[in-house]
Amino acid sequence: MSVTEIRFAGFGGQGVIMMATVIGKAACIFENGYSTMTQAFGPEARGGAASAQVVLSDQPVLYPYVTEPNILVVMAQEAYTKFSPEVRSDGILIVETDLVRVTTAVKPGVRVYGVPATRLAEQLGKKMVLNIVMTGFFTAVTGLLAAESVRNAVLDSVPAHSKDLNLRAFEAGFAYGQKVLEGSVTDLATV
Amino acid sequence: MTVHADPKGVLTGTHFIDGDHACCEGALAAGARFASGYPITPSTEVVERFAARIPSVGGVFIQMEDELAASIALQGAVWGGAKAFTVTSGPGFSLMMEHIGYALMTETPCVFVDVQRGGPSTGLPTMPAQGDMMQCRWGSHGDYEVIALAPNSPQECFDLTIRAFNLAEKYRLPVMFMMDECVGHMTEKVVIPPADQIEITPRRLTKQAPDEFLGYKADEDLVPDIAKAGDGYRFHVTGLTHNEKGYPSMTVKTQDKLIHRLQDKILQNADDISINEEVDLDAADVVVVAYGITSRVAMKAIQMVRDSGQKLGNRKLRIGMFRLITPWPFPDKKIRALAGRIRGFVVPELNLGQMSREVERASGGLAKTIAVTHAGGTVHSPEEIAEAILEAAR
Repeated sequence: MSVTEIRFAGFGGQGVIMMATVIGKAACIFENGYSTMTQAFGPEARGGAASAQVVLSDQPVLYPYVTEPNILVVMAQEAYTKFSPEVRSDGILIVETDLVRVTTAVKPGVRVYGVPATRLAEQLGKKMVLNIVMTGFFTAVTGLLAAESVRNAVLDSVPAHSKDLNLRAFEAGFAYGQKVLEGSVTDLATV
Repeated sequence: MTVHADPKGVLTGTHFIDGDHACCEGALAAGARFASGYPITPSTEVVERFAARIPSVGGVFIQMEDELAASIALQGAVWGGAKAFTVTSGPGFSLMMEHIGYALMTETPCVFVDVQRGGPSTGLPTMPAQGDMMQCRWGSHGDYEVIALAPNSPQECFDLTIRAFNLAEKYRLPVMFMMDECVGHMTEKVVIPPADQIEITPRRLTKQAPDEFLGYKADEDLVPDIAKAGDGYRFHVTGLTHNEKGYPSMTVKTQDKLIHRLQDKILQNADDISINEEVDLDAADVVVVAYGITSRVAMKAIQMVRDSGQKLGNRKLRIGMFRLITPWPFPDKKIRALAGRIRGFVVPELNLGQMSREVERASGGLAKTIAVTHAGGTVHSPEEIAEAILEAAR
């Protein structure tokens, strides 16, 4: 049985929950997998830190929460500090490079990928779609789900009037991810 | 007797929604067209969605001034002919107890949804618990039996909400729908079938002429047929002990007959009401009894123990799972039968020991019961349940 635990974390308003919803939906509706999405509820979910967890599996998911993520996506420094020590040593860390400085040493073996998702979204004319840029990037660098499945999940999750913009956001993030994999982009903000 | 669901309330398709939203869709599919509520975390999303959906389906959502009002307004709607429900969590559930008793006494078919959070009092608003399992059984004063269901996934929040409404109509009582915060706020795939594949139990409206109708004269199944206000029937509804006409009759004889009937209509039909998931019970050494979200964590624990190759003597340890989908009425006979042939029960629950006492009682000392308690706030770690399984096998 193959289980993948993913945590998405950032600020309230960045669309962290939407990212988790799109990935969860892509896996269980547009592919034949199972997925369970949970989110942090409570005062922390308003304004400050926001986080969502998705467990993907080829079998029905039993334990609903993420304990040791295979993949961590962070879009805020605070979220990075809080969650980066959790990532498995064979896992993947994905950061928003303009918002997160990879300051502390992550476990050896963790693959780190970065994308300036907010900047790319701004170039498309709307900062709001940074989460879908990140979703496209996630799809490219993890290879976890077929691009077509995630694309369909994006279209299924956003309002009709913004489908085109979100699709362009997805493609921008996806293309950036492919470039990162090829090694033609390396602007990870590390110290 | 069943009919197909009214397509107006059925959102056929494949969705990625949480348990609260799925519960709302189940209620709409079941034909609920009235909800009165005093929204409270973590149940709010059920009525939030209902309030958004009901104008286009045709019906009413009303936010009342408090839980007392919410829990009685829905009963007025029922006597006016609607299928109705309310949704709450622990603190609100406590306030609703008086009117749950009223619905039991007046045999008002309706559904109370309790999305359980940590208690007592306001406790942990955003975190799961299963601490209301005895309250839903015994929380109102006097003697009675209830029906309670405990879903363990958003899909079951949909499917079992329909079942809850159907049982409420068939047996004429308030059915307790016992979710927990984890299941309520967990998002998964939910498949809603076409309306013609959803079986609905309609209200058991009397076929008698208005001048012959007795509102509380029971049929063979111990349940009376009902009349709808405005259809020309005279009837009287009271929480006082009443005769077959529905009029107050506060005598020892009437009390004895009525209270026994309210009890027996559930106990005598328990086989029809009760559903449980039984996994690998044949030849099991240890049986885990669980419900709601805890049943999933328990299944993970069972897999962990199996994968570790634990032995009993020179063969593999055999572990079964008995999932209480309807914790009430409690499956006494099945637990008793299992107790006679296993080493022990393990009962994990997000409380300090509620249904575990029932397992212990029903097993009558034939097998040990190990309660894996938890004060709530999150789910168990599978490891602690696994440990109890090994202890039960010893």
